[in-house]
Amino acid sequence: MRAGALDRRANRRQRVLVTPEGLALPISVASRSARTVALILDLAIMITIQVLVSVLLFLLAVKVVGLNEKSPATEFLLVVWVIAMFLFRYGYFLFFELGPRGATPGKRAAGIRIAARDGGRLSVDAVIARNLLRDIEVFLPLGYMASLGSFGPTDWLAFAWLLLFVLFPFFNRDALRAGDLIAGTWVVEMPRRRLEQAMSLGEAARGHSAATGAEYRFGDAELSVYGEYELQTLERVLRENNPEALVAVAQAICAKIGWSAGSGDERAFLEAFYAQLRARLERDMRFGKRKADKHS
Amino acid sequence: MNPLDMFRPKPVAPPPEIEQAALRSDRFRLARETDWKRLEAILLRMEKGRLRKVPDEDLLELPALYRTAASSLAIARETSLDAATLAYLESLVQRAWFQVYGPRSSLIDWLRRFFGGGWSASVRDIWLEICIALAVMVAGTAVGWLLAAQDKKWYFALVPTDFADSRVPGASRAVLQKSLAGVDKVEGLSFFSAFLFSNNAKVSILAFALGFAFGIPSLMLLLQNMATLGAMLWLFSGVGLTIDFAAWLSIHGTTEIFAVLLAGAAGLHVGRSMAFPGNRPVLEAMAESGRRAAQVMAGVVLMLVCAAVLESFGRQLIVATPARFAVGGSMLAFWLLYFFAFRRRSTGGQL
Repeated sequence: MRAGALDRRANRRQRVLVTPEGLALPISVASRSARTVALILDLAIMITIQVLVSVLLFLLAVKVVGLNEKSPATEFLLVVWVIAMFLFRYGYFLFFELGPRGATPGKRAAGIRIAARDGGRLSVDAVIARNLLRDIEVFLPLGYMASLGSFGPTDWLAFAWLLLFVLFPFFNRDALRAGDLIAGTWVVEMPRRRLEQAMSLGEAARGHSAATGAEYRFGDAELSVYGEYELQTLERVLRENNPEALVAVAQAICAKIGWSAGSGDERAFLEAFYAQLRARLERDMRFGKRKADKHS
Repeated sequence: MNPLDMFRPKPVAPPPEIEQAALRSDRFRLARETDWKRLEAILLRMEKGRLRKVPDEDLLELPALYRTAASSLAIARETSLDAATLAYLESLVQRAWFQVYGPRSSLIDWLRRFFGGGWSASVRDIWLEICIALAVMVAGTAVGWLLAAQDKKWYFALVPTDFADSRVPGASRAVLQKSLAGVDKVEGLSFFSAFLFSNNAKVSILAFALGFAFGIPSLMLLLQNMATLGAMLWLFSGVGLTIDFAAWLSIHGTTEIFAVLLAGAAGLHVGRSMAFPGNRPVLEAMAESGRRAAQVMAGVVLMLVCAAVLESFGRQLIVATPARFAVGGSMLAFWLLYFFAFRRRSTGGQL
């Protein structure tokens, strides 16, 4: 199944990071595809800026200075150009990764950022270290690619050797590139979740349907059928609030526990069932008893 | 409604009455929700880089709010089965953790520590690699000299010459001496220095980065560059200009070659910790050496700025051999003193 395979892939990227307070935080290592997209975006932005600055300086040289080779103004513009190109190449990643987001614009668009692998503080030295190696991982291979046509045997050898660095992230579990390795960093996903509505606020959560006036009370036998996995699936269905799914789930639950809820009142039925099932499972949880799913 | 209102941060909406919730875990959540939302609002502003717009009291409260959220998460994991709230808390704590433990030392702070002992301590820490790289460079110079002395073809192989270059084997003493002279005008020199800097910095960053393959390519790069120097040395000494050539070279070379030496040594340091991590895990050893090498490399780039200015302006404008030696020698003395004699107690007992 496609969705199952994707799930397993996502699970393989799950890690636990222990903060200095001793709290275990689940964290997902960024996928290699997200990182590739981020890199391509960043390179595109970088090259665009470089071209724009070059054109701007050239126009300035032609229009204002008059392209006089001997004039000090032309020379000054040339100096600015050389320094600017150097700074864009080596400073772009450094500048953004040292910022509060720990991510370049490309990484931000891909929803990822860098972090210290040991859960501690991300140091300036680490960010410098991981970006110095970009030279042999990105720029040098790109330079070689530009002259792919005129390769001699030694060039092929050098290129193959460089490819080892380019493909380095594919040879380890955490998708570390060489720069991450020597800096003690990794690239992780940056989840952003909104706080959803609390589930047990309405009348229905207390077992009372406002629409039909029906009372939904479930006994121990009915509530002991399901576990946490089913509860959280039900939570998702209720939050998505898709009428057809509600009907289908309500029917499935009714069939399982031998109930017959009136049609048209599925939501109230499900909310009541959810609240009572959760109350039961959470009570057991407080006593140290957990039920992962309906099979356990 | 004021149309500008949409740009103002929205006030945090008050949560519903706690008593409304039927479940105990939901009441727990409603009681703490305001704090979580407050933390989220602060994080959002910090992530947008508007640190100056975050009021001081919020910044002061950030660690406390972070701990509150972290403890809420720890409790919720044991008492609540609300998957959406748990996921929210996990992402909130993670984001707060990034801010609380992010790279917060400001650039000024970092520079102060860097110049005030961090850089020189890192250089001292890699003394072994510096010795190795120095030996390789001396060997490279000797090899370059010997090869060029043996066969002139080697000179052309080692020294990249273009057609206009007068510095070729067989050139007369006068021609060679002229190539060592300076120019009187300042024009063109600042471009020359910017170009030199950019080029040299790229080469030394490359030398460092190549250290990743156990340091061997770094050493090869050093060997090759110094062989070029050796071959040129042979050429000039052949016509009795050894001293003049050394002076011509020393004015910027003491800084530039030193910087290249440090870059190679830093690369070697990373490579060595990969091959011989000692009794630490290899990943840990590499991370430690990588951060140390990064400090050295940041310094190398600064040294190359100095070298480029010296090479373009100094060398072209200062033409007397003793004056060139004086400048080059005092630069070397300065670097050596700064790296090896300047020690701060604050850097701790490490050697």
